Amino acid sequence: MPVIEQRKPKKAEAERHNSRIVIRVEDVSVRYRVPHERISTFKEYAIRALQRRVTYDEFFALHDVSLDVKASEVFGVIGRNGAGKSTLLRVISRVMRPTSGRVWRQGRVAPLLELGGGFHPELTGRENVFLNGALLGHSRAEMARRFDEIVEFAELSEFIDTPLRSYSSGMSARLGFAVATSVQPDVLIVDEVLSVGDERFQQKCTARIDRFRSDGATILLVSHNATLVQSLCDRAVWLDKGRVKVVGPAAEVVSSYQNQ
Amino acid sequence: MQSSDAIYDSAEGGLAFVEEFKELVRYRDLLWQLILRNIKTRYKRSALGMIWTMVHPLMMMVVLTLAFSNVWRITLPHFAVYVLSGLLLWNFFSQTTNSAMSELLWGGNLLHRIYVPRGIFAATALGTGIVNLVISIPALLVIMLVTRIPIRPSLLFLPIGILLASMFVIGVGLLVSTMVIYFADVYEMFQILLMSWFYLQPIIYPITIIPESYRWLFQLNPLYYFLAVFRDPIYEGRLASARDIGIASLIALVTLILGWWLFTRQADQLAYRV
Repeated sequence: MPVIEQRKPKKAEAERHNSRIVIRVEDVSVRYRVPHERISTFKEYAIRALQRRVTYDEFFALHDVSLDVKASEVFGVIGRNGAGKSTLLRVISRVMRPTSGRVWRQGRVAPLLELGGGFHPELTGRENVFLNGALLGHSRAEMARRFDEIVEFAELSEFIDTPLRSYSSGMSARLGFAVATSVQPDVLIVDEVLSVGDERFQQKCTARIDRFRSDGATILLVSHNATLVQSLCDRAVWLDKGRVKVVGPAAEVVSSYQNQ
Repeated sequence: MQSSDAIYDSAEGGLAFVEEFKELVRYRDLLWQLILRNIKTRYKRSALGMIWTMVHPLMMMVVLTLAFSNVWRITLPHFAVYVLSGLLLWNFFSQTTNSAMSELLWGGNLLHRIYVPRGIFAATALGTGIVNLVISIPALLVIMLVTRIPIRPSLLFLPIGILLASMFVIGVGLLVSTMVIYFADVYEMFQILLMSWFYLQPIIYPITIIPESYRWLFQLNPLYYFLAVFRDPIYEGRLASARDIGIASLIALVTLILGWWLFTRQADQLAYRV
């Protein structure tokens, strides 16, 4: 279900011609060294090392990826499963450090990928708001200021002091979204498979994301869906097996992807 | 904390030793929230609540006192307090080092979804351990009153004992965490090591049962000194000897620095391996 409304606002055009770069990925590789045979115990390792039998395979989740994302644009990341989309997001959001190359990024990042990633079922909604806020890098004081607004947006005032294990998945997602977007980000990372509750609430989320966009936020959208990327994005990158196949205007990238 | 000018540059780096510490400080609100989470979830659904932490050491104290207090009633009057104070320190050490590893291994959810400073796992384990230890002190005082051991001003030295022990505990926690990133069985190996290690310092027995010529072996065990620094103000009513305090301080400092250095050196590997 599309999270962002299917139209591009006319006003932010001017901002999009602004070539200030917000994210720069330079020759980034993410390389895993996987031993030929699974060695999980110290004893096995010691034995094999002594026998000089430890050999490795290299697996590149990303290989020499370079791209720029400009301020206020909607940038799409498209590719098949296993192409490296998640890995790219991980290096951009600092979850992983690249094996080689460089990631440079300016601004506050709000990842809308795993809403409520830090949520603990035994804690109340209230306690989870503060925990999740801290995970996102916000101070306790900041969260205290925004608390009421978060609860109101998520429409959970009756339940905010009950443990999270009693929430439905929709309720948890609503709370997660409210917390993740409570502080206006400069860069929003969105997975198209965001599910945040019923139709009406989805529209609230869409409206909020649109507001960020018209305020000049940059949006990184991950998707398998070529048509979606074409309709929503200004520029895009097509990743295949960890490498950049095409990067450029969305229409170009999408037509290459569809014509493969 | 974060602002519109917040810049992340993966290539920029000072020393990991320093940078990781700065990040931990920057995320101190998160550290506090995680410690709070650990404390709350432990006690939320239990009838006994906070008292639960004390049940195990108290039971051990009762059993050991019944079994052995008569054996050593000359050397160790007030055996119950002797044993309990040793157990509290031991539990602090064993539980904190263990949870430094388990937070890393099974808190992996966190680390693969969103950036957290790598030191947060060990720091959370330490914070939780300290809170549990401090919560146990009132129970210890009660036992002291009940068994009529004098409560002396030397007890004021307790925070220093806890501080020195904390430095050692987190140092060891970081060391085993570093190893467990590469080899998952370090976790089990450490459990087995702990089982024997328990007997290598005089927690449930007086040091005097070890013949003088062998006593130096036991003094190779770093925990020997932390036990003395922690327990003497409680049981003996005086501070540990200057030598013991000095050695404990040195070991604490070296272990902390070594552990932090080794851990932060390869902190980036965490996301690739855990």
